[in-house]
Amino acid sequence: MSTISVNMEEDKKRLRFIRPIRIAICIVLCLLSLFPFYILFINATNASSRIMQGLVLIPGSSLISNYTGLLKRSTDAQIVTIWKAMFNSLIVTVPTTVLQVYFASFTAYGITVYRFKGREVAWAFIYAIMMIPTQVSIVGLIKVCQVTGLYGSRLALILPAIAAPTTVYFMKQYMEASFSVEIVEAARIDGAGEIRTFNTIALPLLKPGMATQAIFAFVASWNNLYTPSILLATNRDKATMPMFIEALKSNDKQRDFGQIYLGLAMSVLPIMIAYFVLSKYIVAGVSLGGVKE
Amino acid sequence: MNNKKKTVEYGKYGYLFLAPFFIVFLIFQFYPLLYTFYSSFFYKEATGRGNATVVFGLGNYTNYVFGDKANGEIFSAIAITIILWLLNFIPQILMSLLLAAWFTDLQCKLRGEGAYKVIMYMPNIITAATIAVLFFNLFDVHGGVTYLLKVLHIVTEDQAKNLLTQGWFSLGLIAFIQFWMWYGNTMIVLIAGIMGISPSLYEAAMVDGASPRQQFFYITLPLLKPILQFTLVTSAIGGLQMYDIPQLFNLGKPLVEFHGKKVLSTQTVVMLIKQFAAETTAKDHGRAAAYSVILFFITLAVSMVFYVATSEKKPKKESK
Repeated sequence: MSTISVNMEEDKKRLRFIRPIRIAICIVLCLLSLFPFYILFINATNASSRIMQGLVLIPGSSLISNYTGLLKRSTDAQIVTIWKAMFNSLIVTVPTTVLQVYFASFTAYGITVYRFKGREVAWAFIYAIMMIPTQVSIVGLIKVCQVTGLYGSRLALILPAIAAPTTVYFMKQYMEASFSVEIVEAARIDGAGEIRTFNTIALPLLKPGMATQAIFAFVASWNNLYTPSILLATNRDKATMPMFIEALKSNDKQRDFGQIYLGLAMSVLPIMIAYFVLSKYIVAGVSLGGVKE
Repeated sequence: MNNKKKTVEYGKYGYLFLAPFFIVFLIFQFYPLLYTFYSSFFYKEATGRGNATVVFGLGNYTNYVFGDKANGEIFSAIAITIILWLLNFIPQILMSLLLAAWFTDLQCKLRGEGAYKVIMYMPNIITAATIAVLFFNLFDVHGGVTYLLKVLHIVTEDQAKNLLTQGWFSLGLIAFIQFWMWYGNTMIVLIAGIMGISPSLYEAAMVDGASPRQQFFYITLPLLKPILQFTLVTSAIGGLQMYDIPQLFNLGKPLVEFHGKKVLSTQTVVMLIKQFAAETTAKDHGRAAAYSVILFFITLAVSMVFYVATSEKKPKKESK
């Protein structure tokens, strides 16, 4: 009895001391997350001359001149404008996301619902290739794209999404946890065809899992710099957003900081808005990685 | 019985459902991998006046990888990639563990846990290319952060003029950016792992008078081991492929000394591969392929260690 009360006394003391420290450290870390973006948005509204004087903490009035300057810079340097880059990214990212999530569900469904020879081997194989990075086979990918005429085409970025082992893995996990094969078997319309059964009966049930995976597929494709910058290298007209950002990097003493920060800010803003709207689902989706093994 | 009959009947459709994945995998991942291996045996030998002949053999390996022709650039790039990864992963895992322990501490609930998680994770979702250019400009001679460091007397006026041309500084900064982008992610994964540990274990420990510290070291850590291993390996594999941030960070040409030679402190293996695979001034697919093969085997070795480490635990588990 006495030891327990002593423990509680100690605990109380400990909490009074520890809680403020923990809160303080968490707040510092949050500020560290936000600070670079705060400076980014502030600098986007300031003139280059003002930015160069030091750390500016209040918004300026140069947003419009930075914007016109940024557009003119694209014309001068013969690169795509930021709007065109955003459009280019969008028409790669949207079909990539759709194909990736649809076919990952398709594949996971095949493994979960059907019992066939080689099923375990196929699953072990998909699990194993999750670990192979795509970066190491880029020389061969260039070759494949040249032979098939996909080099310089957006399809070279979109089509490979049909085979995304990680997304298959998560969709299979999702199906195991919250999808009953019996429903499909009971609802199976004889002679309606298995693919139609998948599309009309299984897909609606898989929607929540697909939505989470879609967010991550979208982000991964949108942020990808490596593959587009190699496969679209000959076609600067199709440059995606990260390629546009790469073109913004400059060590030139004459560079205009206001324009650079505005370009960066415009690339960050849509993702940030989408993130804060969807954050609940995103954090829950990241948690899935923790219940893996 | 009826059920079993049905699955047998429909079984063959499984192949139909797996076909798209495996066809696309063969064309866009498996064949490219084989072709990369094959390409690594084509050695482009300069014959003077800008001409070159291609020789089939081990030329790329004997000259560039294990020879002196490229100053061992692949090994310095491997060393730099590993240093970059270690410098970001060690603080990242420690910080994530600490925060995960705090956020799951039932005795000391922190209000607004959800908001902290959302904000700490945020940098992870922003385009890495944007973050690299942003930090490059913030730490530039005229950058806001450089100004702040100067005012706070953390760096001298002289140092502030060329922070980004200094090898170790650039390397440390890239590692910091990686840490800053990833600790939130790792933290959320670890929190989910800790939440999966049965609360009755903690209750029993508390009845026995175990301190929070003891609970962490004797319950949380051992039971978190599989997830920690998984985090370690996915991070190591990802870290070996590091590209975006160092690629956009090399404008200052920061150098470090490696085996008595000055090398670019931001040159990772994948950057080297990209240089010879795609940049028109340096195109040499055989050389890029040989470097890719080396990276492939390093990555493979890392995953093998993981499989060995986890498979010996598997039989003990009841499910999966």
